[in-house]
Amino acid sequence: MRALLIRDLRLAVRAGGGFGLGLAFFLIVVVLVPFGVGPEPSVLARIAPGILWVAALLAALLSLDRLFALDHEDGALALLATAPLPLEGVAIAKAAAHWITTGLPLTIAAPALGFLLHLSPQAGGWLMLTLALGTPALSVIGAFGAALTVGLKRGGLLMSLIVLPMYMPTLIFGAEAVRRGSEGLVVTAPLLFLAGISAGAIALLPFASAAALRVNLR
Amino acid sequence: MSIWEYANPRKFLATTEPFLPWVFGAAGLCLGVGLIWGFFFTPDDYRQGSTVKIIYLHVPAAMMAINAWIMMLVASLIWLIRRHHVSALAARAAAPVGIVMTLIALFTGAVWGQPMWGTWWAWDPRLTSFLILFLFYLGYVALWEAIADPDTAADLTSVLCMVGSVFAVLSRYAVNFWNQGLHQGASLSLDREENVSDVYWQPLVICMTGFGLLFLALVLQRTGTEIRLRRAQALRARTERAQA
Repeated sequence: MRALLIRDLRLAVRAGGGFGLGLAFFLIVVVLVPFGVGPEPSVLARIAPGILWVAALLAALLSLDRLFALDHEDGALALLATAPLPLEGVAIAKAAAHWITTGLPLTIAAPALGFLLHLSPQAGGWLMLTLALGTPALSVIGAFGAALTVGLKRGGLLMSLIVLPMYMPTLIFGAEAVRRGSEGLVVTAPLLFLAGISAGAIALLPFASAAALRVNLR
Repeated sequence: MSIWEYANPRKFLATTEPFLPWVFGAAGLCLGVGLIWGFFFTPDDYRQGSTVKIIYLHVPAAMMAINAWIMMLVASLIWLIRRHHVSALAARAAAPVGIVMTLIALFTGAVWGQPMWGTWWAWDPRLTSFLILFLFYLGYVALWEAIADPDTAADLTSVLCMVGSVFAVLSRYAVNFWNQGLHQGASLSLDREENVSDVYWQPLVICMTGFGLLFLALVLQRTGTEIRLRRAQALRARTERAQA
């Protein structure tokens, strides 16, 4: 599993891997928002956590396309299916690679980009914590969506339609936690739910992803 | 004599087709009686006036939207476990009906909401959950349409239905957490005293029965159509292979 993880990480950072693209997309979306809603600092500060969460969702979504599809196209996925590692392990390894190359950089970059949106440092801290707890869920849920659509030519948009509704609970609890934290309220409930969603997704979704991969490899 | 006999497409069609006109008729009767009674023969609510009467469309549609998804979930599980094609096709057939029910619920809710709350839409938990349910339906139907091989499509959409169900329930509680909401609590219950007075309750139950029968009739008919479409596909594939 480690070998698969390292292979995916290497592929992601090399040419054509799209390593920095998720971050770049994140930056662009954050830059677009003030053009859309106006530059007033109070407005931006209030919507900043939500916007950063939504931008993180979209950036995570973008790099999901290549998760299984590239390997499926050149037959590597079929080889992985016959490997000693169970497909569930393949799914979780790829989701982990996706998180390390997309979710983790987003988490670290988010407070920095928050400066553009007048995000308060306190809210920035909560944002980083919630993203750290929530982005693993995004990667695993996304891996499930990618597994469902791996055989399709235009799988990307369909995958977004399938994956984004499943992202909603994570978004709700994550953004709510940041909001409550930055207002100084008690934040345990949404944080626990967020961590619970991540934990449950990591534990259970790889089985669904593997089932979908097996169907698509038939 | 077991229910699994109806997994045979021919027996399914032979049994359901003669019943269909009766089911449609019963649905029409219940809906006709329920709606006319509800709209014309119940008094206006002292607070809401006559707009409350949209409850006869809104509540049954909302109930059927949820029940349709549950039926799709059960049918998907039967497909995954017992590989009965009729079950997979029934799930596929039920999805558009469920979508329309969800849209009716959302639309009538908006029409009701405008005089009641002064807005066509509010991010109230129940409305939001229904919107999310609508999106899950869309994803399900889109996945069916996107995949060429019917058995692969049945498998993948079944898995999506199962995972989607978990997330739909999770979303419902997440949305409740997110916004406490203006939509009233449960109006009907089997054990607690009803919040909706008797005068409205009887036509409402008839309308719910009518919508349920309508759902049944539509799904049975559409499943029959899907079975025939599969047969046509198989025939076409067979002739193409014979000519090759």
